[in-house]
Amino acid sequence: MPSLGADMEFGTLLEWRVEPGDVVKRGDIVAVVDTSKAEIEVEVFEDGVIEELLVPAGTARVPVGTVLATLRGAATAAGAPAAAPPVPPSPAVQPTPVVSPPAVAAGVPSSPAAQPTPVVSPPAAPSEHRLHVSPVARRVAEQLGVDLATVAGSGPDGAITKADVERAAAAGGPPAPVPETASGQPTAAEPTMAPPPPTGHAAPGTPPAPAPPAPTAEAAERQAAMRQAIGALMARSKREIPHYYLQTQIDMSRAMAWLAEANVKRSVSERLLSSALLLRAVARAVAQTPAMNGFWVDGAFRAGDGVHLGVAVSLRGGGLIAPAIHDADGKSVDELMAALRDLVARARSGRLRGSEMSDPTITVTNLGEQGVDLVHGVIYAPQVALVGFGGIRERPWAADGMVGSRPSVYATLAADHRASDGHAGSRFLALIERQLQRPEEL
Amino acid sequence: MSAAAPLEREHDMHLLAQMLRVRRFEEKCVELYSAAKIRGFMHLYIGEEAVAVGAMEALEPQDAVVATYREHGHALVRGVSAGAIMAEMFGKLEGCSRGRGGSMHLFDAATRFYGGNAIVGGGLPLAAGLALADKLQGRARVTACFFGDGAVAEGEFHESMNLSALWQLPVLFLCENNMYAMGTALEREESETDLALKASSYEMSAWSVDGMDVRAVEEAARRAAAEVRDGSRPCFLELRTYRFRAHSMYDPDVYRSKEEIERWRAHDPIPALTAELRDAGLLGDADLQELERAAAEEIEAAIAFAEAGTLEPVEDLERFVYAEEPLA
Amino acid sequence: MSAQAVKLTYREAMRQAIREALLADARVFLMGEDVGAYGGCFGVSKGLLEEFGPQRIRDTPLSESAFVGAGIGAAMGGMRPIVEVMTVNFCLLALDQIMNNAATISHMSGGQFQIPLVIRMTTGAGRQVAAQHSHSLEGWLAHIPGLKLLAPATLEDARGMLAPALADPSPVLIFEHGSLYNAEGELPDGAGAVDIERAAIRRAGGDVSLIAYGGTLPTALKAADELASAGVQAEVLDLRVLRPLDERAIVESVSRTRRAVIVDEGWRSGSLAAEVSARIMEQAFYELDAPVERVCSAEVPMPYAQHLEQAALPQAQTIVTAVQRMQGAGG
Repeated sequence: MPSLGADMEFGTLLEWRVEPGDVVKRGDIVAVVDTSKAEIEVEVFEDGVIEELLVPAGTARVPVGTVLATLRGAATAAGAPAAAPPVPPSPAVQPTPVVSPPAVAAGVPSSPAAQPTPVVSPPAAPSEHRLHVSPVARRVAEQLGVDLATVAGSGPDGAITKADVERAAAAGGPPAPVPETASGQPTAAEPTMAPPPPTGHAAPGTPPAPAPPAPTAEAAERQAAMRQAIGALMARSKREIPHYYLQTQIDMSRAMAWLAEANVKRSVSERLLSSALLLRAVARAVAQTPAMNGFWVDGAFRAGDGVHLGVAVSLRGGGLIAPAIHDADGKSVDELMAALRDLVARARSGRLRGSEMSDPTITVTNLGEQGVDLVHGVIYAPQVALVGFGGIRERPWAADGMVGSRPSVYATLAADHRASDGHAGSRFLALIERQLQRPEEL
Repeated sequence: MSAAAPLEREHDMHLLAQMLRVRRFEEKCVELYSAAKIRGFMHLYIGEEAVAVGAMEALEPQDAVVATYREHGHALVRGVSAGAIMAEMFGKLEGCSRGRGGSMHLFDAATRFYGGNAIVGGGLPLAAGLALADKLQGRARVTACFFGDGAVAEGEFHESMNLSALWQLPVLFLCENNMYAMGTALEREESETDLALKASSYEMSAWSVDGMDVRAVEEAARRAAAEVRDGSRPCFLELRTYRFRAHSMYDPDVYRSKEEIERWRAHDPIPALTAELRDAGLLGDADLQELERAAAEEIEAAIAFAEAGTLEPVEDLERFVYAEEPLA
Repeated sequence: MSAQAVKLTYREAMRQAIREALLADARVFLMGEDVGAYGGCFGVSKGLLEEFGPQRIRDTPLSESAFVGAGIGAAMGGMRPIVEVMTVNFCLLALDQIMNNAATISHMSGGQFQIPLVIRMTTGAGRQVAAQHSHSLEGWLAHIPGLKLLAPATLEDARGMLAPALADPSPVLIFEHGSLYNAEGELPDGAGAVDIERAAIRRAGGDVSLIAYGGTLPTALKAADELASAGVQAEVLDLRVLRPLDERAIVESVSRTRRAVIVDEGWRSGSLAAEVSARIMEQAFYELDAPVERVCSAEVPMPYAQHLEQAALPQAQTIVTAVQRMQGAGG
């Protein structure tokens, strides 16, 4: 069971996408897991042949770290053709095992025909560094709602002990509720940074939005669980992260003009949204401000490995997820737009990938569609910064001694004072602003 | 056989009946084993019945019996009911060991039947201990300990013979010498094949008896038991006998010749006693039919009892690992 | 209570217990190699032959299987035998009787027979008696259902465990560690029976549980002293009963201290320590702050030379080091 988020301890294995004998390549989707926050597609990290599914679909509360399936390495499979042909046989042609007739007289059970023992390569090691946490510390942390990623360990090899957790809890205030894993229907997503719902004709390539889920008891329970999970995480953030907030108003007239011109040449499905432009500006600014991009772990800042923008997507049924667009600083506006569409579509169908959930290095939230002007966000621990955008609107604007009207947006920064200070934050917001004044360079 | 008094005739008929019910019971067991009603290891006594039947005649109800894993006949003759034995082999709660022992581990406290011991030689120290308890408590009882020729090669045999003679314990050692330790012939496992001679080196009375002659066995057992009981000391009998069937239910029987088996079958104790009684005019066809009918009836009833038996609830699996009743 | 304290050794406490049992019940008798005229290889039964006579204090031939088996038979025949096996290594010669009969007959007979037998044996190393008289095979015997195993490590238990063991309808094995016989202390005059079901906390502490039994109890207590001077409060749990284990006491102690070191003179592989460790994993995993540690004997036949023997045995310093390792940086 992969860890699909800093706060995830269990997951529900919703379905398997593969069967034993299937040949898989690195990046293939092999399973779908419900983390209680989202249904996430689990990808495989190595080429090989699925050997055995160890956890049946439908199993709830599978602890992170549980081996879900074993994979036989591709090289090994080739070297042992008897064990597994490279192409999975269809069920119809699978050989029937030879069974020796039962011994009658002595009643001795017949021994099964000897089977070649396949050489098994170990399952891929979890990519994340696994914290050393003692069993009791893990249990108590769950009870007290303490995020283990924020606790410094004093045990053997730096392991976190019960006392460490209790100290952290005492320092952090009252406990947050504990998220419970729930299973249920995929929850439709209403992304605030998504294209507007299709009007008239559906854009090709964009899956139609599903009907809102029926308000079943199961769905309600699921929403309650998600609410608790968000609550626990946000409470931890507010309790443990010394936030500071900066805001700036950005003139969007050039950017909007550029956008309008760019969209003239495009079909409806290829049109750019201002969201993509804002993401592009943030991505470039982040690339130049490492202090905003990364994590606060074990009492120290750890720089992110690449710029992975977490995009906050609010869900129609309530709740929030922030999956990542990977390596956003290397993507063009068009690529970011495509990535955004893809991400939103999959968030809507509850089919996000594990790595998208687990490794954003900074989060962007845009509540402009909701009509707000300003967002003072809560940092998604263990990240150290969150950028918020309000709506782009015509507002009075004073320039060159004249008061006029221009489209503008309020960009805000919530940042972790342990990792940076106001000076760095100001510079970062200024960088975003500068990008948006030169849209042609974006 | 001299002209038998009526009492003698009755006793001979009793001996014949006992041997016959053991024989027929075990023949039925073969069938039931083949039908998978009985499982596990099952060792048949067929051919050796005269030993158990003759020896038991010498025992009193207060005496104790320690037997081996080839003990269906001993249990039957000692008085354990055929139904309880059959139910045991069926693995039923109503079995004499609640279905926990099976063929090799028949136990019955009421008749002081102490198993059912399937480690060759392992019963001898127990018998010495039971006799020690009697000795220490001043009870004139006999502990009859059956074992085979194979046990004579075990250390426990020698330790127990020595201890019993040294402490003058009232044990009646009954060595059923059927000439094979499983598949190994006596001369291939013993440097001294005269087992009575070997036993006598422990300073106890020991002699050999024709184990195919039930009356000879009874006579010797009575004499030995009296020595044990009255003299409070051990005694050893070597009972020369032969099993007609395999060591366990089925074995290849390649370690002995067909001719040898046929030679011994000529001494089958049941036809031998039958013929003798017929010749003396003491047994008619009707008598024989009645014995057969009685044996068959008892066995059918035993099977019905076993079939109707219940299985011990699995929840009771761990009962009796430790004794449940407090000590008296 | 104003019970007068009496000074005595572990050996004397054990002798008092046997004497008391002989006086209390005419069915009780003692048998074993050299328990009579010699006075017991370790002097436990010294003087008893003179007092009780050869019928009840029985010297046996060197026939472990026969006299242990005779103990089983006598127990089934209504007696209350105390069988002494000189060392646990010698009990291997009687293992057939212990395993196939004593432990088995009650269950195999469907509960028809009780075996109220006590087998006492000396166990353990530390006296330079080398590889055939020194081993701790309690773990082997503790594997066997049907047996109860006791390890008196204190004077009180040496004095008080025999009576309840004899009153138990199942076979009970008592392991007397050879290094304890000369241990001296005080007992209240008239000290009597103790329970034979529960482990005992011999020293309370909140930082780590040192779980020991028999000969390793003094070692664990010594380690606890050393740890205390370094500010670490070790709880010392004396198992006392090796089968059935007092799992609850183990779990409760470890749940308090969150760390456990098991001290066992048996070899580590497949040891009693392994069993205790597994129980902790099964029952108290989510109470642990560190992996369970074991301090066992080196996996060698016990050597004769003193320095090698000591190097092979669990030592207080090894326990202290293990505790420090599991305390980590922050304690």
